[in-house]
Amino acid sequence: MTMPAWAERPTRFGASVKGLVLALIVAAVLFPIYMVVLTSLSTQEAVSKAGGLVTVPGELSFAAYEQLFAGGVVTRSIGVSLGVTGVGTLLSLTVTVLAAYGLSRPGSLLHRPMLFLVLLTFLFGPGMIPSYLLVSSLGLIDSYWALILPTAVTAFNLVVMRAFFMNIPEEVTDSARIDGASEFRILWRIVLPMSKGVTAVIGLFYAVGYWNAFFNATLYLNDNTKWPLQVVLRQFVLQGQSMFVGQTGDTAVGGHALPPSLAIQMAIVTLALIPVLVIYPFVQKHFTKGVIIGAVKG
Amino acid sequence: MAAPDHIAVERSADAGPAGDLPSPAGSGTIRRRARRRAEDRIKNGSLRARFRRDWQLLLMTVPAIGLLLLFHYVPLLGNVIAFQDYSPYVGVKDSPWVGMSNFQWLMFDESFWDATLNTLSITTFQLIFYFPLPILLAILLDSVVRPRLRLFIQGIVYMPHFFSWVLVVTLFQQMFGGAGLLAQILRDHGFAGVDIMTNPDTFILLVTAETVWKDAGWGTIIFLAALAAINPHLYEAAAVDGASRWRRLWHITLPGLRPVFVLLLILRLGDALNVGFEQFFLQRDAVGRDAAEVLDTFMYWRTLLTGEWSYGAAAGLVKGVAGLILILIANKVAHRFGEQGIYKRS
Repeated sequence: MTMPAWAERPTRFGASVKGLVLALIVAAVLFPIYMVVLTSLSTQEAVSKAGGLVTVPGELSFAAYEQLFAGGVVTRSIGVSLGVTGVGTLLSLTVTVLAAYGLSRPGSLLHRPMLFLVLLTFLFGPGMIPSYLLVSSLGLIDSYWALILPTAVTAFNLVVMRAFFMNIPEEVTDSARIDGASEFRILWRIVLPMSKGVTAVIGLFYAVGYWNAFFNATLYLNDNTKWPLQVVLRQFVLQGQSMFVGQTGDTAVGGHALPPSLAIQMAIVTLALIPVLVIYPFVQKHFTKGVIIGAVKG
Repeated sequence: MAAPDHIAVERSADAGPAGDLPSPAGSGTIRRRARRRAEDRIKNGSLRARFRRDWQLLLMTVPAIGLLLLFHYVPLLGNVIAFQDYSPYVGVKDSPWVGMSNFQWLMFDESFWDATLNTLSITTFQLIFYFPLPILLAILLDSVVRPRLRLFIQGIVYMPHFFSWVLVVTLFQQMFGGAGLLAQILRDHGFAGVDIMTNPDTFILLVTAETVWKDAGWGTIIFLAALAAINPHLYEAAAVDGASRWRRLWHITLPGLRPVFVLLLILRLGDALNVGFEQFFLQRDAVGRDAAEVLDTFMYWRTLLTGEWSYGAAAGLVKGVAGLILILIANKVAHRFGEQGIYKRS
């Protein structure tokens, strides 16, 4: 407790109201997630006993996950999502770091026009129709690159990163430059190691963007065997369409198509949640004011 | 009351209560001047000498600029089809020019105006019921003294920002939908079930609640940074002079948050025609067009799906230009009130 000496002690009433409000806020975030994960881990009996979503832990089982991972639509879509996220994040981060460093020295050749070009994208979006026409004329319909290239560079991330690089004192890099190091080497050996936090945060922003990408996939991918997880989530959970668990997802295959059971639906939701829940704690500590203030000033 | 005088003295000494944040004059100007001097030094020399010095930096910037040119500026030029009767089989070059007729059609298109009206009423509603929440939450979080508890709560409330809209809508459906938890509980107690997810009358509340759940926590981050930048001596001085907790909030905390508040307000106003596409795209069918059609979904359903490219481009162009005008106006107003705004008056 670091309460400054001049501050009045909080009243007991005030403190308990505050505590209650904060507890409610935390519960409002966590409860739906808890409920979904619990339902996905419950047996069919436990789900029917609860009359739907399970809020009190009963009999648990991994049956839903076993069915989902037996192959078929969901397994494949997770592969697609992981692949797009991995390749996309790597590409985005590389391009963004390079450009942020390249634009971090005011007065260098073409610095002003190029920065202007980046900043102008804040003011005016390209528009949905022309973007679609461009992607289709590049022949990227039904290509995974359609999920990556149009969103590969976000001006916001670039500007945040650049603001961070500009705050590194020039004396640090100057000595390396005098010793004849190339700019690439300076970036790789000196600047990047000093910027692990901001790189992690920007990496998370990009990764989350790719993992969560939904609309571009529905727009650019007509082939439903290429769908990423978010589209599958919408199709089978939000819209409750029939699916063949453990099969190819190709409706031409015979057999009964049933709407997936609640446990399976919730297992799909959980699978969409997990990567965010896993990576997030490692990056959270870097959400320092430095990153964000940099964004404001940029 | 001696407190205000005291604060005024502090302010001139510390270049603004927000410390680190951009201050109207003072240290910022000096820094800018120093930077310009450095720039001038760097700029000296012939073009060839500068190229020899900077070619690596240029090379590093090329991929990003290339991607932005291709996927941002080329489609921007692609908007010329708004003045054509474009057909993909003929191409942009050979499609017939039709002048402003697409725009004229648009002006008489009732569904376009309905979508605009929906968009603006959702923006207005959220400006009142969502926009102030991150500030309140930030002040509340800032008052949590124990650092580890505070970090924990921050971690929890930031998290939903990183969930996709599909996920958020799904979670809301599980809570409030026809087969969701709320309906389940009501039925167990002998009431009729409810389905908030398909009710057009309460749709505006629903989308706002979703936005609050997803983004109110994340929205605090910028205000927490601004709060942390307020000089703690101000609070101490005011407290010593007898200012109560609420007075300190009013005279120190809120003024310290003002620059950020104004900045975000401008950004939001400039963005008034965007209410988030995926959120509405996902729920439009369940709720119906009357309540859930916004400008972006209008473009998708009315033009992209039907292949009326030129018409859709015209709608997009109208929206883009209107948005640009809004942001320029908002910035002008901010300057008039002596705030920094998004870009500086150079």
